[in-house]
Amino acid sequence: MDEKKTNQSTCKYNCNKERSPFLEELFSRYQPEKDNLIQMLNEIQEHDGYISLKSQKELSEFLKIPMAEIYGVITFYSRFTLKPKGKYHIAVCLGTACYVKGSQKIMDRLLERLQIQAGETTPDGKFSIEETRCVGACGLAPVFTVNGEVYGKATVQKLDQVIDELMKEEG
Amino acid sequence: MKTLEELHKIRAEKKKELDLRINTKADTREKHILVCHGTGCTSSKSAEILANFKRIIEEKKIENVRVIKTGCFGLCAKGPIVIIRPEDTFYAMVKPEDCEEIIQTHIIEGNRVERLLCKDIDGKKVNSLDELNFYKKQKRIALKNCGIINPEDIDEYIAFDGYLALEKVLKEMTPEEVIEVISNSGLRGRGGAGFPTGKKWALTRASEGKQKYVVCNADEGDPGAFMDRSILEGDPHSVLEAMAIAAYTIGANKGYIYVRAEYPIAVKRLEIAIKQAKEYGILGEHIFGTDFNFDIEIRLGAGAFVCGEETALLESIEGKRGQPRVKPPYPAQAGLWGKPTLINNVETYSNIAQIILKGANWYSSIGTKNSKGTKVFALGGNVNNIGLVEVPMGTTLREIVYDIGGGIPNGREFKAAQTGGPSGGCIPKEHLDTPIDYESLKEIGSMMGSGGLIVMDDTKCMVCLAKFYLEFTVSESCGKCTPCRIGTKRMLEILEKLCSGEGSEFDIYKLEKLAVNIQKASICGLGQSAPNPVISTLKYFREEFRQHAIQKECKALECKALSKITVIQDKCKGCGLCQKHCPVNAIEGKGREPRVINQDKCIKCGTCLTSCPFHAIGN
Repeated sequence: MDEKKTNQSTCKYNCNKERSPFLEELFSRYQPEKDNLIQMLNEIQEHDGYISLKSQKELSEFLKIPMAEIYGVITFYSRFTLKPKGKYHIAVCLGTACYVKGSQKIMDRLLERLQIQAGETTPDGKFSIEETRCVGACGLAPVFTVNGEVYGKATVQKLDQVIDELMKEEG
Repeated sequence: MKTLEELHKIRAEKKKELDLRINTKADTREKHILVCHGTGCTSSKSAEILANFKRIIEEKKIENVRVIKTGCFGLCAKGPIVIIRPEDTFYAMVKPEDCEEIIQTHIIEGNRVERLLCKDIDGKKVNSLDELNFYKKQKRIALKNCGIINPEDIDEYIAFDGYLALEKVLKEMTPEEVIEVISNSGLRGRGGAGFPTGKKWALTRASEGKQKYVVCNADEGDPGAFMDRSILEGDPHSVLEAMAIAAYTIGANKGYIYVRAEYPIAVKRLEIAIKQAKEYGILGEHIFGTDFNFDIEIRLGAGAFVCGEETALLESIEGKRGQPRVKPPYPAQAGLWGKPTLINNVETYSNIAQIILKGANWYSSIGTKNSKGTKVFALGGNVNNIGLVEVPMGTTLREIVYDIGGGIPNGREFKAAQTGGPSGGCIPKEHLDTPIDYESLKEIGSMMGSGGLIVMDDTKCMVCLAKFYLEFTVSESCGKCTPCRIGTKRMLEILEKLCSGEGSEFDIYKLEKLAVNIQKASICGLGQSAPNPVISTLKYFREEFRQHAIQKECKALECKALSKITVIQDKCKGCGLCQKHCPVNAIEGKGREPRVINQDKCIKCGTCLTSCPFHAIGN
């Protein structure tokens, strides 16, 4: 509660906080031109795992683009997220090749196990789920990935096994 | 910077050195171990295999052996793949721990490692790539270098006549002559719509303006398609070369490659390729000592299917939401930042250099009357040989599915094949002998599309499939125009009703009516083609829709609400496997007696269906 209060008394964009070294470095590599927006968002997403309000505000000032427009772009593209991903980011491929081989069943099981929806993160910040379209391993269909590592020829049992292990690791 | 003479020298030297890659009788003591580094094989640890080979060779101080990473060999189902040349030995499903044995038995002792040899569908072991049925009916033009060269080494591309076409164009041809060759070759856009490439180039050339752009569309969004990615991963320079030729032809000096950020390997190899080409002076100013300047930049997409539509892609390069523009004006007149812009797809570009070198007549001799050349397909789904295939236009679907693809696994029946992804349609059994080209696919209600080809067996419900594609379009609709934004959503709702057993015959009628309206009224290709999966499944599988609506029955057992799972009593051997696997203990019976499913308890999860070894569970 205390933490929340101090934040509120300042500013929700963390204006008084200094720009992170990562953003400094990023801004030094790009010209302040509008068409660089998506490129820069991609880098921030890659580095931070999401696009914070602070980053949006900084970008808005750097590129001279209104915050609303930046929000519009972020929400348009599925790669960009406004909330941090979980420690274990699990993505189930729902491309056609995987779908035909039953990836929907794996997705359903995952949602059931973690009790969140696709695109969400568990309250403890440990797990997040994503629906992806074709990770390119159609020869191994159906596949899911955990933090980018591909698990091929997946079954519900295999998924359960992986999740059990991760949960055990986390206590 | 390299002068032309230096490039010629590199080509001559490397050509000799790399002869063993394409010639099994090459006169050399060297051996090259090629390890596939496409996305498919990389997912199953081919990088570790490569590292292991390198380590062992170094430890054992073996000479005359090189380990090379290559692009996709095509037969992804057998990955990770290792090929040893010049003898062309094909090892399949290699594990990192197998490297030791391959080096010892094959390289040192000179014998094949029998247990790792690739097996064909009939179980016969094959010694070399060419013996596989998978490759027999293929013809590789766009994929010519994939699996043969190291995509991260420009010298290897140069060795196989790389950048020779660009040299020919810059030194010997006028832009008009280039357009004539491309037009006469009959090449059409491989992104899906099939617009004649030569005509597109001529239109962009004719547009007035000092500043023009060349764009490569590598935003391959069709789920289950990986043709463009494989080309970029296996032969990135072929795209750069073609873009330079296009730029010279239309009078542009700047190019963009718009590629999905979800393709990290392709992006990395493109970056390396561009850097190397710049170092050699093949990109940059005064290319090959002429007045022609050209530079290429990469732009990353961020996961929006609609950006594969050319005008939406342009918006995205400009840093905006990827919403399509109203056409006309076409990009050839007003594209990127309002300037004339040429947009072609990756696969289209990868044909260009060879058309220039071998001539229009050579290219137009391949294929059918109106569709020339070859087409790359990503073959996936319920088929034995999943992978990347390139066939001449006019090859029939039956040849692709049965001869190349090796048929349907698990003794199942072919039900339908889907081409063109969310914009295409389903092709049923009775059209298996249709020759694949732009016109005949359109005639039977599907489309060429970018090249995804998904095979489905008889366990797939067509209403569910239509629903699957509609879910995709609904989430990918950009929201700009009403028919697509709201219409597809309404279609999806009707399909959900049908799948949950709440639909009626009137719903099928409404579905058809909506589909036609959306096709006619949407702004861009995504909306206009969004109803296609529904229209084509309705055309060929109407009976299945009616079963869902009237009899409330799903014969494929995919729609849970409509399927009643039972044990076929005379097939059941009483093994009890289903009972063991059932998560809710709904299966009753003991000993050797046939089992019975308690319908009150059954949650229709289908676990018994997959666990029964005797196919004794059905409805």
